[in-house]
Amino acid sequence: MDPTQLSLVQAHAWLSSRQISARELTAAFLERIDRLNPRINAYITVDREGAMAAAQRADDRFRNGTATPLTGIPIGVKDLFCTENLTTTCGSKMLARFRPPYESTVTRKLKEAGAVILGKTNMDEFAMGSSNETSFFGPVRNPWDTERIPGGSSGGSAAALAARMAMATIGSDTGGSIRQPAALTGLTGLKPTYGRISRFGMIAFASSLDQAGPMTWTAEDAAIMLRVLAGHDPKDSTSIQAEVPDYVNTLVNRLDGLRIGIPEEYFPDSLDRETRHALEEAQQVLRDLGASMVSVSLPHTRYAIPTYYIIAPAEASSNLARYDGIRFGYRCEDPKDLKDLYTRTRSEGFGAEVKRRIMLGTYVLSSGYYDAYYRKAQKVRRLIARDFQDVYTGVDLLLTPTTPGTAFPLGEKKDDPVAMYLSDIFTINVNLAGLPGLSLPCGRDHQGLPIGMQLIAPVLKEERLLAAAHAFQSATPWHQRKPEL
Amino acid sequence: MSITADTVKHVANLARLKLDERELAPLVQQLSNILGLVEQLKELDTEAVTPMSHALDMPIPERPDLVVPISTREAMLANAPDTEQGYFRVPKIIE
Amino acid sequence: MTYDPNYETVIGLEVHAQMVTRSKIFCGCSTTFGAEPNQQVCPVCAAFPGVLPVLNSELVSMAIKTGLAIQGSIRTRSEFARKNYFYPDLPAGYQISQFELPIIEHGQLHIVTDDGVRKRIGITRIHMEVDAGKSVHEGIQGASWIDLNRTGTPLLEIVSEPDLRSAQEAGEYLKKLRSILRYLQVCDGNMEEGSFRCDANVSVRKLGQTAFGTRTELKNLNSIRNVMRAIEYEAERQIDSLESGGRIVQETRLWDANQNTSRPMRGKEEAHDYRYFPEPDLPPLVIAQERIDTIARQLPELPDAKAERYRNDLGLSEYDAGVLTSSREMAMFFEETVSRGAQPKAAANWISVELLGRLNRGGMEIEQSKVTPEQLGRLLALMQNNEISGKMAKQIFDIMFESGGDPDTIVQEHGFKQVSDTAAIAAIVDQVLADNPLQVQQYREGKTKVMGFLVGQIMKATQGKANPASVNAILQEKLSG
Ligand SMILES: [Zn+2]
Repeated sequence: MDPTQLSLVQAHAWLSSRQISARELTAAFLERIDRLNPRINAYITVDREGAMAAAQRADDRFRNGTATPLTGIPIGVKDLFCTENLTTTCGSKMLARFRPPYESTVTRKLKEAGAVILGKTNMDEFAMGSSNETSFFGPVRNPWDTERIPGGSSGGSAAALAARMAMATIGSDTGGSIRQPAALTGLTGLKPTYGRISRFGMIAFASSLDQAGPMTWTAEDAAIMLRVLAGHDPKDSTSIQAEVPDYVNTLVNRLDGLRIGIPEEYFPDSLDRETRHALEEAQQVLRDLGASMVSVSLPHTRYAIPTYYIIAPAEASSNLARYDGIRFGYRCEDPKDLKDLYTRTRSEGFGAEVKRRIMLGTYVLSSGYYDAYYRKAQKVRRLIARDFQDVYTGVDLLLTPTTPGTAFPLGEKKDDPVAMYLSDIFTINVNLAGLPGLSLPCGRDHQGLPIGMQLIAPVLKEERLLAAAHAFQSATPWHQRKPEL
Repeated sequence: MSITADTVKHVANLARLKLDERELAPLVQQLSNILGLVEQLKELDTEAVTPMSHALDMPIPERPDLVVPISTREAMLANAPDTEQGYFRVPKIIE
Repeated sequence: MTYDPNYETVIGLEVHAQMVTRSKIFCGCSTTFGAEPNQQVCPVCAAFPGVLPVLNSELVSMAIKTGLAIQGSIRTRSEFARKNYFYPDLPAGYQISQFELPIIEHGQLHIVTDDGVRKRIGITRIHMEVDAGKSVHEGIQGASWIDLNRTGTPLLEIVSEPDLRSAQEAGEYLKKLRSILRYLQVCDGNMEEGSFRCDANVSVRKLGQTAFGTRTELKNLNSIRNVMRAIEYEAERQIDSLESGGRIVQETRLWDANQNTSRPMRGKEEAHDYRYFPEPDLPPLVIAQERIDTIARQLPELPDAKAERYRNDLGLSEYDAGVLTSSREMAMFFEETVSRGAQPKAAANWISVELLGRLNRGGMEIEQSKVTPEQLGRLLALMQNNEISGKMAKQIFDIMFESGGDPDTIVQEHGFKQVSDTAAIAAIVDQVLADNPLQVQQYREGKTKVMGFLVGQIMKATQGKANPASVNAILQEKLSG
């Protein structure tokens, strides 16, 4: 069997029994990247030397008995996690040559567990996008149909994994950027509770919404990854201080007694017919596993997009002020004065979508508009969060579609920001409320494109998400389907 | 809610972005469309609602007042586009 | 320009006080002054991508201390906010500060005005914020250099109410505030090195007018004297302008201490729009009441309370109490002196007259005094015990001030010992009386003035070492006997 087709759990078994060495496994993935990446454009940077050196160390750990479930596992990391001395671009011309002198907590934990970082995956510039078309390094293509987008902003992480150019990947999710591409590429994508995984060293888009998370083939693999990534970090003041459970131990095959809420607002008339059908079938599977479905309402759902498109750009406009051409990153040629240095550096270094969001964010925070926009959005954010609190008194999980439809063709929504923003309509509220959400495949449309469904849990109940997803995957084949390449 | 070209120019100045005329018109239109979306929020009565600026309600952690040695100075300066004698170099600042 | 009595000056001061924490506000970089450029800079304070701030606990304690010291109310829930603007010495493009919910509000301190009246000055708020870096311009062709060593050093911004009415009052306010911060040991108060900085908001209005006039903001005031001079200049400039039919423009003006003048600031003319919003990287600061109570219990005695105690318990004059509490070092010197056995009034007198007089002449601070409080206390104790005379004490003090040294040794080496032995003095008195029968006769006839002559003779005979009190007592007894 081709080792690049193994799940993380299977690969660990192979490595432990010396059926394969970490170096052989890494080499197989590097070879596959060489072959497929030119078509998919999932990686911005491939770190061959670093990966082989890490694989060597992983083999040592298997020999001396210090291996962990992630030791020797080849992983792709979204290019907004700072990696010491390895270029970290955030998908932008602004950081095309940026070499961080520090390591993000996420990549540090992966390295400490013995994982092999193959390289840095493509993404929408500064994680702003839903189609991975805003990257300075070119669009990423969906391995299921290379004329279609893979979703965004973690489109590179999704495509790399779907094309088996990594065994697992790391993404980040501000408004759906893990779950939406996972849905569009047939993967399991987990956005944990806000603060569950440290944001230190993860280049910020919108600080109060950003959260890192794993993308994997199975819920079981996601559980293994989360176990390593989660936990308090003194370098992140918004990091949660709570015990990290053994997510693998809490996986189950039956869901008896589990109450799953079906929020009516997530099934509008405009929902893609095939997606609706797939979700209905998924409900039946869950019922067969012992769960019960409860109709619920989250009345402020429709305010998610406007609320998000005030809060996220506002924070972004401030977070991105540090890109000024002085201490790192791009600087314009021959600035004639300070103002020129700022405006040309930023106008030349940022792409159109980033500039659009900086403009929007600057506007909603500016004098005279703060109350009408920013403060108003913060208040509505609380109403949205309360909707979830209220509904969780009666149900354990929520089930919704992840996206309104399947992967759309490249270029379709590129020049219509509003249409693009609406593709995150089912994922954004989860970020606003800080909740954990997971997308997993639950069907395919008539073109064979994956359809995803989303499970949403209360704060810090990731194990509930993973358990339900695992049970579902034990009963369905969708997560095992692979694109033809 | 529509937004004028002058407002867009003013905002661009605040954000230290330069927009050429070619970029300006579509941006005015796009920002107007996005703000149109935002208008919906006005229908909600939020008078008694406390603004939510953090995803979770938790207090700030504090760290002890300890000096940590710095090892990143050279690597940091190596990232800078222009340095001189250990300083970051910028065009002349006029006060 | 002349002072116009029809106008009143209205002043509010914004003080930026650097807190003396060891590390910066949000990272572990050292705050030591004077390092090589960009030596005390890490990815966090240089605002590299992806890094995050973590709050220094000591700063919070210092802010609470300061809030308690100015009788402010301490918010149990306050909030950090971002103030957004572009400037090369501000690496993030925003300053982490506090805006809507500052840690301290509604404080006050008291000053004594020119006419000796105690006046309350309101303190609107105190908030925590990061300091910016420094830019170097001089001597660099076509460029400026940026040094981020100071970036991220913790500041308290202390904003007064517009309660001050003269340059003099502004000066008194600053001295009092600085003294309080030094008592608390949270700020070194060094204006030249920039660890205690002041901007002044100045406006004028006709006497009797209730509305405030248009104000200007004065910057670059690097000493209390400059603050006062700049305010005087600005008030006169505004009055002259109004009197000649002009209007005041709301602007920021830079004080030029060399030219004794101010000019509008260029470069920052553009109207600011700071776009404040709650800092999403930092959850709200929640302060438990026990923490406030603990700090309150450990608060040192502050200048006003000390002065009151000196007046009421130690019987010092208002003036002496004021002088001795004007700085923490002064008060410690005084209290240490007293603890070595000196009577409080004598100690106060000696410190404010003898010691400060000499220090002032030499342009020195009390910390530079060669005389230690232990030594001064001992010297005064010797005098009180009649082992030396007051005259000797001053001579000894001169030696101590110039060359240092402990009074007992100086007494030994210079033979300053006073004769208090009653029998010895009595023998000398007998001798002097025998040698001066005429004066004895005159005294007994009621011409008591000759007493002074006789005392002088006795002192002469003892080379000034006889205890004057004993001499007086014995002489009196013998003359009336
Ligand atoms: Zn630092």
